[in-house]
Amino acid sequence: MFRSPERMRPVRSFPRFPIALRSIAVRSIALRSITLRSIAMRSIAMGSIAVLFFALLPAIPALASDKPWMHLGRAATPAEVKAWDIDVRADFRGLPKGAGSVSMGEEVWEAKCTSCHGTFGESNEVFTPIVGGTTRKDIETGLVANLARSDYPQRTTLMKLSTLSTLWDYINRAMPWNEPKSLKVDEVYAVVAYILHLAEVVPADFTLSDSNIAQVQKRIPNRNGKVMFAGLWDLKGKPDVQGELCFTQCKVLAQATSILPEFARNAHGNLAEQNRLLGPSRGADTTRPALSEPLKVAIASGTAQLPRVAAPSAKTPAMMAREQNCLACHGIQSKMVGPALREVAGRYKGNVNAEGILAERILKGGSGNWGPIPMPAQPQVSGDDARTLARWILAGAQ
Amino acid sequence: MEQAPSPHASVDGQALPGRVRKAPEQHMGTQFHAQASTARRSFMAKALAMGAGAGAAPMAAATPSGGLAQAEGEDAILKLPAHTTGLGQPVAARGYGLPSQYEKNLQRRESPGLTRVSAASVSFTPLQSLFGILTPSGLHFERHHQGWWDINPEHHRLMINGMVRQARVFTMDDLMRLPAVSRIFFIECGANTGMEWGNVAVPTVQYSHGMLSCSEYTGVLLSTLLEIAGANTRKGRYVLAEGADGSSLTRTIAMDRALDDVMVAWSMNGEMLRPENGYPLRLVVPGVQGVSWVKYLRRIEVGDQPYHTKDEVVHYVDLMPDGRHRQFTSIQEVKSVITTPSGGQVLIDKGYHNLTGLAWSGRGRIKRVDVSVDGGRNWRAARLEAPILSKALTRFNIDWVWDGGPAILQSRAVDETGHVQPMMRQLRAVRGTRSIYHNNAIQSWKVAQTGEVFNVQVA
Repeated sequence: MFRSPERMRPVRSFPRFPIALRSIAVRSIALRSITLRSIAMRSIAMGSIAVLFFALLPAIPALASDKPWMHLGRAATPAEVKAWDIDVRADFRGLPKGAGSVSMGEEVWEAKCTSCHGTFGESNEVFTPIVGGTTRKDIETGLVANLARSDYPQRTTLMKLSTLSTLWDYINRAMPWNEPKSLKVDEVYAVVAYILHLAEVVPADFTLSDSNIAQVQKRIPNRNGKVMFAGLWDLKGKPDVQGELCFTQCKVLAQATSILPEFARNAHGNLAEQNRLLGPSRGADTTRPALSEPLKVAIASGTAQLPRVAAPSAKTPAMMAREQNCLACHGIQSKMVGPALREVAGRYKGNVNAEGILAERILKGGSGNWGPIPMPAQPQVSGDDARTLARWILAGAQ
Repeated sequence: MEQAPSPHASVDGQALPGRVRKAPEQHMGTQFHAQASTARRSFMAKALAMGAGAGAAPMAAATPSGGLAQAEGEDAILKLPAHTTGLGQPVAARGYGLPSQYEKNLQRRESPGLTRVSAASVSFTPLQSLFGILTPSGLHFERHHQGWWDINPEHHRLMINGMVRQARVFTMDDLMRLPAVSRIFFIECGANTGMEWGNVAVPTVQYSHGMLSCSEYTGVLLSTLLEIAGANTRKGRYVLAEGADGSSLTRTIAMDRALDDVMVAWSMNGEMLRPENGYPLRLVVPGVQGVSWVKYLRRIEVGDQPYHTKDEVVHYVDLMPDGRHRQFTSIQEVKSVITTPSGGQVLIDKGYHNLTGLAWSGRGRIKRVDVSVDGGRNWRAARLEAPILSKALTRFNIDWVWDGGPAILQSRAVDETGHVQPMMRQLRAVRGTRSIYHNNAIQSWKVAQTGEVFNVQVA
């Protein structure tokens, strides 16, 4: 969020540049209207001259015919800007006033975050862990030592986090997972405080607020862990790794250094079904070991066929469940935001009305059956599809 | 996206050619055999068999279900099929056309184990079976951070605020009245090929390079919108782009880039954007990783500092060997890959093959592509197909006669700035193996004597 003085003033009266600069701009624009009028409409000058143009163009009616689209759109109202301008910058510009304690954060966490992130933010079930891998030493140095270890298994959010504003901003804009932007300002402070407490950045009795957040930033474990590499950012950035333009007798390694292991051959599904069945090559049948002789020999001897064009297949309930986004909240085996589909099947086992009940739940939603997070209604699912999905779930979601 | 999901194996000595095993009698699978023996005597089935049996195979040895069973010639020619002797379908039988039913193998697919939540995941474009440089919109790769939506465009708004003379709001009607441009650009996820930093982790080019697509976009230049709002482009050195979906993804873009060639686009390949690609409005940031191409674009803010958003601090940061992360890495550097043949495919025959692939650079045009079939010892220049556009995919082709022996295929691109695509070991020497992002290494495909192609790393 950018909170500048201009927002507080009536926009039209705000002089964007010093008066002297302004008069230069007026002159240059007057000049432009005489000499550059014939330039094609698309040619929008950039750079410093453009800055001056930008400052005053809409205010000068003589130019309206040059760019007859300049009136399009309308002014945003202050309420509209406030509703959407929610970003919080690293210097905490945009951060709303408020406060939340670790204990309040724990309550919100238990109700809305634990199901995906685990009680201590350590869960690796649904998302990468938030907490873990940082030490008190890191809080002192501002550099997470485990990041330099190639044997450290995982990078948690707090290992990477360098600006506290980022954590506040992201929770505020995108969490909880299936109900983003539903937390109150104080709840966001509280959840951030709870996470920081789990990493021992703040004590158990701490209350995080807009007035002390800049102090807490000075204890973020990886606050010194980022570098800016202009080579991959600047419009004319220079690369750090250059290849060799060798053409003959170039130096190469004698052996392959890495190849997919045999046991992973079919891990991405049968590649024969992922390639076109025409042309100079086919997908390998990865349900079988690698070929022992060329395809053509096998064909010529009559022992094998090239893969044929596959018959169109009908949509399975599993495909439907993916399409309707059921699996965003429900695991097949494991609880995520909602219960595991097999848990649901277990609860309704033997209930002759189960299919109807479940189909209705899918269509209309429900709450209170599986914990605090409600199941939202799914009006986009047809009645037939809801019954198909219900049957599939009750049969074990295979 | 944080871990390469698949384990790896180093290869010792004989392991590569030593992979050959005794084939079971029906090594192509019983389903193929069954399909083949019951196949309709269609043009397609016979054409396949003919293609396979053509050349050195004696006619008498052709396959049982097709081929040249009769001395007079082939059934595909001698027996006229239904489509030649009957009435075809009327116009507009399908109001929106679809690919042939025989093309169903071409799907965008997830890499199993890469992510755990499908609403925050990736699906990959099947580069192994595509032609030219434009990606069919239905096969464009997907990356969603909190699920995708089909947004009613009537209610969609774009706001420009921050260091502007007047914060402004645009409807889709407003935007689509503005001076439009149409331009072709590639889009590549910063994590494309990210699973391969440490070792070979995936079998095919779909999974190794498939977070890559190229489309023609139509929209308005962001510079036009900034001008209308009266942006202070002198002090406002950055813009923030924000989406309207649940994640409301945000990314910082430098003002000089924003004024250079960034577009606010509503169209992809002649129609409106697909919902999975941000309908009705997305940012197009040519040459820059896909995460900056904010979908469902609702807001542009002009500011005087970078914003340090979640996808600039916790993700899309490149871990260096010393434990520090490079931040704001954006440019997709010069890169190329041979798409046919590629990993997971089997060549149907020895002899002539047209090697074909794609090259691209986020810094401009592709100047040349060289191809090696001996693992990088010797290189020959490939033919670049027109058009060769800045920050777009370029298609290359080169002749190759496969002698039936083992081969390692590689391609190496050079862009107009003179940047040469590096080898994996050159990248690792500077950036280590844990970067995840911005892997533009030369790709190697090993062709075994059986014609089966494997993803390998040799350098």
